[in-house]
Amino acid sequence: MKGGPLLQMSTLGRRAVIRTARQPANVIFPLIFPMLLLAVNAGGLKAATSLPGFPTNSFLAFALAVPFVQGALLATINANVEFARDVQTGFLNRLALTPVRGIVLLLGQLGGLLTIALVQAAFYLAVGLAFGVRLASGVAGALVLIVLETVIVLGFAGLGSWAALRTGSTEAVQGLFPVFFVFLFLSSMNMPRNLIEADWFRWVATVNPVSYLIEAVRSLVIEGWNWEAIGLGFAAGGALAVVGFALAAHALIRRLERT
Amino acid sequence: MSDTIAVARAVSWRVLHKFFTDPTFLLPSIAFPLFFFTAFVGGLSGISKVPGFDFPAGYTAFQFVFVLLQSAAFAGVFTGFGIARDFESGFMRRLMISAPNRIGILLGYTFSALVRWLTVAVIITVVALIARMEVHGSGVDLVGLYTLALLLNVAGTLWATGVAMRLRTQQAAPVMQMPVFLILFFAPVYVPLDLLKGWIHGVASVNPVTALMEAGRGLISGQPELTLAAFAIALGLILGFSIWALRGLRSAEAAG
Repeated sequence: MKGGPLLQMSTLGRRAVIRTARQPANVIFPLIFPMLLLAVNAGGLKAATSLPGFPTNSFLAFALAVPFVQGALLATINANVEFARDVQTGFLNRLALTPVRGIVLLLGQLGGLLTIALVQAAFYLAVGLAFGVRLASGVAGALVLIVLETVIVLGFAGLGSWAALRTGSTEAVQGLFPVFFVFLFLSSMNMPRNLIEADWFRWVATVNPVSYLIEAVRSLVIEGWNWEAIGLGFAAGGALAVVGFALAAHALIRRLERT
Repeated sequence: MSDTIAVARAVSWRVLHKFFTDPTFLLPSIAFPLFFFTAFVGGLSGISKVPGFDFPAGYTAFQFVFVLLQSAAFAGVFTGFGIARDFESGFMRRLMISAPNRIGILLGYTFSALVRWLTVAVIITVVALIARMEVHGSGVDLVGLYTLALLLNVAGTLWATGVAMRLRTQQAAPVMQMPVFLILFFAPVYVPLDLLKGWIHGVASVNPVTALMEAGRGLISGQPELTLAAFAIALGLILGFSIWALRGLRSAEAAG
């Protein structure tokens, strides 16, 4: 593969996007499933808004944060299953014989994932707006939301890439799906932390970084500019990204060594 | 008849052997219902303070019924995944050639799904009791609750079997799973039907699973309601999906 690192990265990123787009299930499922869950929860848990201290009277607005995180998870799994397939089929080995640098492999794969995740985020936002949700933080908030979504995707993507490179197995990466889902459900996704009654669950939600990702997105939707929530969201996403990429870079070096 | 039973026994032994010896099959089946139970009971118990929420046995029992029914339906769906896998691996073709009576194949998968669910149900029940779930229903009520879930398990298995027999690929997993997921979650999952508002109330009111859930909750709280209707619906589902699964089997036979 000729050209500078940017060209190499964009070529690999384009390949990742096209490969996803050619599998309708990988496109439709991450768009539709979070919306279905949102519809179910917004209808089923609307009664929760009458609890004293609940921050909004629209559960749809409250829950709109969840698809952003869930969509990032689904995109990460799908993209890294393909990345693991590249390892399994030997594509990565063949690329390693070209002048492409290791970090470009990782970043190219990420570029594709980011593109898909941002398309999803725009879709979720459009659906929310179409059903009457108004961002308390306005248009600027929508832009911050997209930046935050990028950080969230990077956070999960690093961990997903690490799993793909470490195991080189599509099944192992698919096995991350329930693990990520556990983190999602054991967070403040359905209830503000101060209204969670079970002490142990509130503790788990408090130490779970996914709670801070959801709360940052949620604050932009229902509160406006809550800098503490936004800062914690960026910090949690950023920390996941740093740890994930350190692990992925290490796994990549080991993987290329072996070949 | 003995041929049918012999085939059913062989098929169910194979499925159950795989289920109990391979953690990749066993663990998700147990972990998912437990995880839903934990997340809903732990995270949403505050919902029971919503004005108008008056379930006598408490929120743990309220959610237990949902998780029990969900685990029953999904044990059937997971069995459908296995059937699709058997088609892809070529095992089903060999099985169909060698089975003297192919109805036994359906019976074998259905029986194995039932044993799978019973295993999961025992574990969920133990965990719920450890979590101090209140049970106000009598022994007869509880037999009714578990029987209802068992019937839903059979219906779920027959549904997924019908899909697997027609499509014969693991890519059919969402087709088996999504309708079951939707019909379960478009019922009163988090709060009683009376507290649902808007479109979800309308959907839940005509959703047959609502009657099963309300009957199950009535049985665990010792105040049975809609029990006969729920059993009639469950038996109706089994009847309908039996025809669906049998026609699926014929379709698979015709496809060779």
